[in-house]
Amino acid sequence: MSAGTGRSLTAKTTPYLLSGPALLLFSCLLLVPLLLTAALSVSVFDDAIGVRNEFTLAHYAAVLTDEYYLGIFWRTFSVSAITTIICLLIGAPEAYVLSRMGSPWRSIFLVIVLAPLLVSVVVRAFGWSMLLSPTGLVNQWLALVGLGPVQILYTELAVIIALTHVMLPFMVIPVWTSLQTLDPDGERAALSLGATPFTVLRRVVLPQVLPGILSGSLMVFGLSASAFAIPGLLGGRRLKMVATVVYDEYLHELNWPLGAAIALTLLLANLVIMLTYNRVIEGAYRKSLG
Amino acid sequence: MSFLTLTGVSKAYGSVRVVADMNLSVERGEFVSLLGPSGCGKTTTLQMIAGFVEVTSGRISLDGREITHARPNSRGLGIVFQSYALFPHMTVSENVSFGLEMRRLPKAERRERLDAVLALVQLAPLAARYPRELSGGQRQRVALARALVIQPRVLLLDEPLSNLDAKLREEMQFELRQIQRTVGTTTVMVTHDQHEAMSISDRVVVMEAGRVTQIDDPQRLYEHPQTRFISTFVGKANLIRGRVQSAGPQGRVDLGAMTADVDAGDAAAGDEVFLSIRPERLSFVPPGQGQIDGVVRERFFLGSQWLYHVTTAVGELIVACPNDGRPPLEEARRTGVDWLSRLVQVLPAEAAGPDPQSGSRVGLS
Repeated sequence: MSAGTGRSLTAKTTPYLLSGPALLLFSCLLLVPLLLTAALSVSVFDDAIGVRNEFTLAHYAAVLTDEYYLGIFWRTFSVSAITTIICLLIGAPEAYVLSRMGSPWRSIFLVIVLAPLLVSVVVRAFGWSMLLSPTGLVNQWLALVGLGPVQILYTELAVIIALTHVMLPFMVIPVWTSLQTLDPDGERAALSLGATPFTVLRRVVLPQVLPGILSGSLMVFGLSASAFAIPGLLGGRRLKMVATVVYDEYLHELNWPLGAAIALTLLLANLVIMLTYNRVIEGAYRKSLG
Repeated sequence: MSFLTLTGVSKAYGSVRVVADMNLSVERGEFVSLLGPSGCGKTTTLQMIAGFVEVTSGRISLDGREITHARPNSRGLGIVFQSYALFPHMTVSENVSFGLEMRRLPKAERRERLDAVLALVQLAPLAARYPRELSGGQRQRVALARALVIQPRVLLLDEPLSNLDAKLREEMQFELRQIQRTVGTTTVMVTHDQHEAMSISDRVVVMEAGRVTQIDDPQRLYEHPQTRFISTFVGKANLIRGRVQSAGPQGRVDLGAMTADVDAGDAAAGDEVFLSIRPERLSFVPPGQGQIDGVVRERFFLGSQWLYHVTTAVGELIVACPNDGRPPLEEARRTGVDWLSRLVQVLPAEAAGPDPQSGSRVGLS
């Protein structure tokens, strides 16, 4: 009897013991800093002495009413959304082509697709800034066809181009993974039933890779919205995105509470957008995707 | 001219010829099976008919029109895949009406044909289910309904029953045949299962290493296999090597330990031949009263019949006896083995095809 209860006790505690280390790490490295940031964001900031231990919602009020901050949030989310759409338009077909490739080429092209992940974001950002600068390669080409130098660097366009380049693997990999689970005979069956190749893609392939597209766009959007290095290096001093503003508040203005409030607002807004997107797409296909 | 004709069709990948010079005529409404071991080119042949595999040389024509290089989506064929290839994100009725949608049929007619075909395969109550909510047999019916609903000119079945368990497979064989008879669709089926091919086809095409070796109706194929390979692949057979002593209908073959009276057919005196005798054509008689004597080495109980391995002077023979309630022969028992001379098939030794292992192939499948 006692042996029985002893066993059931271990059976109950084993899952907790097994997940203990991960939970500990998670709470130390994520939950505690998050709570500290939250506490910081509702503290009063005094120009003379810095952070005071008094409660205030003034920072949030400032973030949510100031045109400057709202504009930065709007820019961040629109840049992320455009990046996500471009990644989707390039990455999903790319994954499909990859999955149809023959044996040696598929691995080679997969490595090429993943190669950006092997290079530091900072290095890649500098690479793009050289390419896009007024005397860079892109403007040299434009000059060849008679187009004057175009200001690309330090515009949203530069940020979007570089973000797309960095984020593409995060779209290709999930879509490619869900394409792997597809039965190639399904496409043949649709063809034999009289469907055109385009209809096969639209009616048979696309609905089945939707989970991959969904998780790919969530990753790309989330990572783009919180990207720091690329907007910092390619957006310049004037073109701010949320992550660079947070950095400024912390290190230049030394207004930590405001920086914390902006960071948490970004986190919440990101969460709301992603959950809504997930809900909408999955709701439409829940039944069929199972 | 036949309904579906393959003329000299070949498929080569580089220097490897997967299908070589295939000729086949299928009549309207006929049920033809392509039978052969894996890698014999039967599936490639089916895919060339379907248009998924490019033909290297030769012609395919359907209903008087050449379709050798036609696009798969213009051929109007119904295909049931081995994996069924149902669309997992569509319900049963969406799956089945996909082909009708592609043909832009008016909604009322779609509804009508959908209902008719679902009734035919007995799936009407499951129309709103998704494929993952169905059993293997039900999925198979959906695949069949999806292929039939477009009223295809030819129905192609690629190992349609191989993913079902044995009992269900047998039921589906008869059902498949019955449905095919009801709708009258010309059908070509690929299978490696000789029982399946024989029980439902009008004609069976045996393929070996990319070539057709015999095309016959199932009964003729079983009774008169033309090569040693077919005699062992289609059913079981005892193969005894010998040399023709005298040719002609009242011929004799020297088997070493004995001589057997046979209808030697085309074989000339002195030819190396194989005698092929089906296990169920052999019977036990008291020692000394049959064609040859032997000792029961092993016996297997198969329910409806007993299978004996009998060691004789001409090699080991397999004897199948119906389980008619009488006590079976004991192992190590001496017995006579008898057969009727006219039931012995003489096969030329050179047309033996790839040598399996020994003379007789023993299987309990």
